[in-house]
Amino acid sequence: MGESVKERVIAILAEQAVMEPADIRMEDSLEDLGLDSLGLVESIFAIEEAFDISVPFNANEPGKSQFDISSVAAVVTAVEGLVARKAA
Amino acid sequence: MKRVVITGAGTINALAQDVPGTLAAMREGRGGIGPLDIRDVDRLNVKIGAQVKGWHPEDHFSRQQILLYDRYTQFTLHAARQAVAQAGLDFDGHLGYETGVVLGTAGGGLTTQDENYRAVYEEGKNRVHPFVVPKLMNNAAASHLSMEFNIKGPSFTVATACASSNHAMGLAFQMIRSGACRAMLTGGAEAMLCFGGIKAWEGLRVMSTDACRPFSLNRSGMVQGEGAAIYFFEEYEQARRRGAEILAEVIGFAMTSDASDIVMPSKQGAARAIAGALRDAGLNPEDVGYINAHGTGTSANDKTECAAIADVFGPHADRLMISSTKAMHGHAIGGTGAIEMLACLLALREDVIPPTIGYEEPDPECALDVVPNVARQARVPVVLSNAFAFGGMNAVLAVRRAP
Repeated sequence: MGESVKERVIAILAEQAVMEPADIRMEDSLEDLGLDSLGLVESIFAIEEAFDISVPFNANEPGKSQFDISSVAAVVTAVEGLVARKAA
Repeated sequence: MKRVVITGAGTINALAQDVPGTLAAMREGRGGIGPLDIRDVDRLNVKIGAQVKGWHPEDHFSRQQILLYDRYTQFTLHAARQAVAQAGLDFDGHLGYETGVVLGTAGGGLTTQDENYRAVYEEGKNRVHPFVVPKLMNNAAASHLSMEFNIKGPSFTVATACASSNHAMGLAFQMIRSGACRAMLTGGAEAMLCFGGIKAWEGLRVMSTDACRPFSLNRSGMVQGEGAAIYFFEEYEQARRRGAEILAEVIGFAMTSDASDIVMPSKQGAARAIAGALRDAGLNPEDVGYINAHGTGTSANDKTECAAIADVFGPHADRLMISSTKAMHGHAIGGTGAIEMLACLLALREDVIPPTIGYEEPDPECALDVVPNVARQARVPVVLSNAFAFGGMNAVLAVRRAP
């Protein structure tokens, strides 16, 4: 597959945020992108479907989940980790 | 305006299959949450729930009835039989025409839907049982109650997600108060603990996989329950004349809509419902001693609910007790308000405030007296019962000790 994990994650977030992928910066937080709690849960669902992985995320304790959602870069890194663990 | 009292109660839930057993569990702070025993549980992430165990429909219903009764209908009838027996009335005479049934449920016959979708989609069957539709419909339980007891007045079902049975009981109250009916069977039921029911909730990522800890800083979400509670509401003068034992008096009800978000609760919407119930009952905030909270154990609900209570009650918020009994009987969705009315009866009749079990760490955003872990002896004249649903639909009842 041609696209990297990073490009695919950014495309998913961009679609949820109704933005162009090119306008998304790695340091942006998800709030910066205007994603609310439902948008976040939808993004995670889309990521799980796209990569066939299971993302450990509970909306009640987003800070405590092992899945870091503090920035776009953090989400990309977390997804890369889950994808790598799946391949291993 | 007529006064409205409760003269019969019945239930089945994860704590017990009757009222005394349920109240005993609430007194003892005993929980009903445990491993789920349902088909395909291995494909679920959430494997816990407050499930009714040891339920054998064949002990209560004929084979023909069971073919027509979804699990939620079975629960409803089982609870209603207890309530009607306690009220000690029959509806064969004129009373039948002046009595109605208003029930709350969110999913209705969801177990029937789940089983039959599985049959046609997964197993590829092209034929289903002829009673699937009358079994799954949301008004099936209300209809079967009317048939079982010969109740011929206004009967219907309301569906407002997690507030369904509070809306139902509130409407039943208003119908007697206005003189439209002399008595009502009311409450609600839910039986959503099937594969599809839980899988759908998993999607929202608000479910806990370990425990329900309302108001506790380390809360991890809600845990679903199931069951029913049904009450006999009747006009006070009739109850007094016939010498019925009065369990409590319903004195106020209010409902509001947030008009804001399909899942996130609003402090203003909740506060308006609480304040509205006080106004409807002619109460001052200081009159309320206990609130049975909606208290789902989700971050969004618990913080919003505490803020709404603080807004309405001001300094009195620090003196009243609130608890969420969902940590014991689980969140029984459309039936939950009805089951929680039992906690209110425990407080009003036995001077026992049921606890919020599973509580471990204070949350500064829920800094109220949540009666952690252990029931408390206290005499309270008036209690409220909160229900705040997805879709922003709120319903709050005010109840006081028997006159």
